[in-house]
Amino acid sequence: MSNTHRITGAQALIRALEHEQVDTVFGLPGGCILPAYDPLLESSIRHVLVRHEQGAGHMAEGYAHVTGRPGVAMVTSGPAATNLVTPLMDAYMDSIPMVGITGQVGTAAIGSDAFQECDTVGITRSCTKHNELVMTADDLPLAVRQAFHIATTGRPGPVLIDVPKDVLQNEMTWHWPSDDEVADSLPGYRPTSKGHPRMIKEAARLILAAERPVIYAGGGMLKARAAEALRELVELTGIQVVTTLMARGVFPDDHPLCLGMPGMHGTIAATTAMQKSDLLIALGARFDDRITGRVNGFAPDAKIIHVDIDPAEQGKVRRPDVPIVGDCRLVTEELVAAVRDLLEGGTAPADISAWKSRVSGWQEIFPLTYDDAEAGAALKPQYCLEKLRDSSPAGTIVASGVGQHQMWASLHWNFTEPYTWVNSGGLGTMGFAIPAAIGAKVGRPDKTVWAVDGDGCFQMTAQELVTASVERIPVKVALLNNSYLGMVRQWQEMFYDERYSEVYLSTETPDYVKWAESMGCVAIRVESPEEVQPAIDKANSINDRSVVVEFRTDSNEKVFPMVPAGASNDDVIVHPSQQEHRHHLT
Amino acid sequence: MTAINPHGTSINHAILSVLVQNRPGVLARVAGLFARRGYNIFSLAVAPAEDDEMSRITIVVDLESAPLEQIVKQLFKLVDVVKISELDPRRSIERELLLATVRVSAEERTQLVEVANIFEAKILAVGTDAVTVSLEGHPDKLDDFEELLGNHQISELQRTGRVALPKLDRSARLRAVPTTQKGKVG
Repeated sequence: MSNTHRITGAQALIRALEHEQVDTVFGLPGGCILPAYDPLLESSIRHVLVRHEQGAGHMAEGYAHVTGRPGVAMVTSGPAATNLVTPLMDAYMDSIPMVGITGQVGTAAIGSDAFQECDTVGITRSCTKHNELVMTADDLPLAVRQAFHIATTGRPGPVLIDVPKDVLQNEMTWHWPSDDEVADSLPGYRPTSKGHPRMIKEAARLILAAERPVIYAGGGMLKARAAEALRELVELTGIQVVTTLMARGVFPDDHPLCLGMPGMHGTIAATTAMQKSDLLIALGARFDDRITGRVNGFAPDAKIIHVDIDPAEQGKVRRPDVPIVGDCRLVTEELVAAVRDLLEGGTAPADISAWKSRVSGWQEIFPLTYDDAEAGAALKPQYCLEKLRDSSPAGTIVASGVGQHQMWASLHWNFTEPYTWVNSGGLGTMGFAIPAAIGAKVGRPDKTVWAVDGDGCFQMTAQELVTASVERIPVKVALLNNSYLGMVRQWQEMFYDERYSEVYLSTETPDYVKWAESMGCVAIRVESPEEVQPAIDKANSINDRSVVVEFRTDSNEKVFPMVPAGASNDDVIVHPSQQEHRHHLT
Repeated sequence: MTAINPHGTSINHAILSVLVQNRPGVLARVAGLFARRGYNIFSLAVAPAEDDEMSRITIVVDLESAPLEQIVKQLFKLVDVVKISELDPRRSIERELLLATVRVSAEERTQLVEVANIFEAKILAVGTDAVTVSLEGHPDKLDDFEELLGNHQISELQRTGRVALPKLDRSARLRAVPTTQKGKVG
């Protein structure tokens, strides 16, 4: 009788994924993971067959970005596992919930340098929140439950399960562990979710007393589903908000209190407001070096309220005056209540109107700007993105690669909804856009997904457009092709006396239109301003297959504003046309 | 500049007693974290704890390389780490074991035995031109012993690194990171 409950480890693995409500697995089979692909044929889980394992990982990330549910990537051992390392690290840096499953050589062969063997848990130890080599089939369900629990609770992150081939083949008795069993199996894992009430009161007091406060909203606010709570806090206090690269969309760009993105390429208003504030309310943000510039020159007069679910972020870069460890949504809601209590108790808030008009002044004096293209010259990338933005309905998802196009997309897009911006912030992974866009489209098939990509990035992962075509996952790609590794070129122009070293790709090769068409996409090349809008309209009218629009853009164009690496945010370089106004920032 | 004693241990150090789940790879996780974040370890001792599902790692960390608070918080993020106690040396019992083989001629041997007796060290083996001694005790005592052994030719020396437990009664303020909140959270 009990024999009827005997199933293989592979069946248990797939059943466990079903129990975790996984609807899609991104992956590519191979020798050691083979047994797991057999029960997949009977499963309700959709498998998306990628062309490279890195693509599977980034798709899982894109899926997680837009749904909030953990993305799952399943690949074989050895080279497949090492190909998954980049997405794991990317997910680790950006706190993306993700579960990676790798095949491993049989338990008896481990350590013998067997075919396609590598020390996957050793290699991925420092790029996962946790990882586990599962040594018996009986342990598989608990390992899967632990992985999803760890990936999605506390500060989210990637978890990897490494499963030897014989563990998948051996029989086991199915048992799905309870919540208590999972908790008991992880005595060292107890993330805090509720903020300290005394600290929250103290934070509320500081918020009302500050004369130059700024809310510094980071990616943790998106992870915590805290957009609504943030809006309440902003509207209750009237304090202006900056949204970091990882937080774009958590607060609408068209809101009058939104200052946009701060940091190395942030808007002047956002970066300068932080710099000159007397109180930074950091919510789910980690004082990244791209935000702070030179740390000892960062926001010198500001007191810091730091809300983060990860205790280790408190004081890692800048010592907070009021540290609050907890879930960003819960703590922000409690902050709203605490501020409201103080106001109702008769506390008079400090007058911040003069400060706010000063900040608004910077917005007016230093808008984002670029020079119009001269007649017959290459397109301005910002122009192409603005046209694309204006042709996209609210809620359009934008996935980006890494480099100049990423900064322009973040700056020039108008994000009005959370979970519409998917990018690689911490690791800065070139080639992220296309697979991430595909994953995002799988997660949100109801939405239009545009990948904004550069030509350097495109060449790293474009083969996943084959996956998109074959699997019928239609995404759109705006390829800003300037024939250069543009951001590196910008640094060489500005900081290496225009000595261009190994940044020129090619103007003729590859032929992106032919390449995209060969991968099953509709492809359009755009070379003049009057072609821009028709191309976008055509792309937007095609919904049954992927579209690549190649914009031939000006390689001389640079991203402004810019804080040079290692400089203080006080020393931001404004667009040349705004140089004469620079005295307004002192 | 922090004073460095003759044995290379910076004065500016702390002792962490880290209770971990006794599982494969846990030592690699701890060591890997120290390596990745640039924290220095002076000594490290690991063995199963009272509960055989747990191990206790005693780590002497260099506070020149990073603030203790960051080290403890990063360490506690490891899923296998169950509890971390910072042991105040004044309120804890520290022990270490030293083994040394010293080259001595027959004439010098008495002198060495005399030193060993003063320290209550054990003579483990005697050869024609060498003696192997062991000393268990407080690391400071081992430092002194090692210095005096230095008057002879030390051919091999091995110390275990310190282990420590809080003193009983009004004992070490166990600055444990709270391990509250059972069950699924977050």
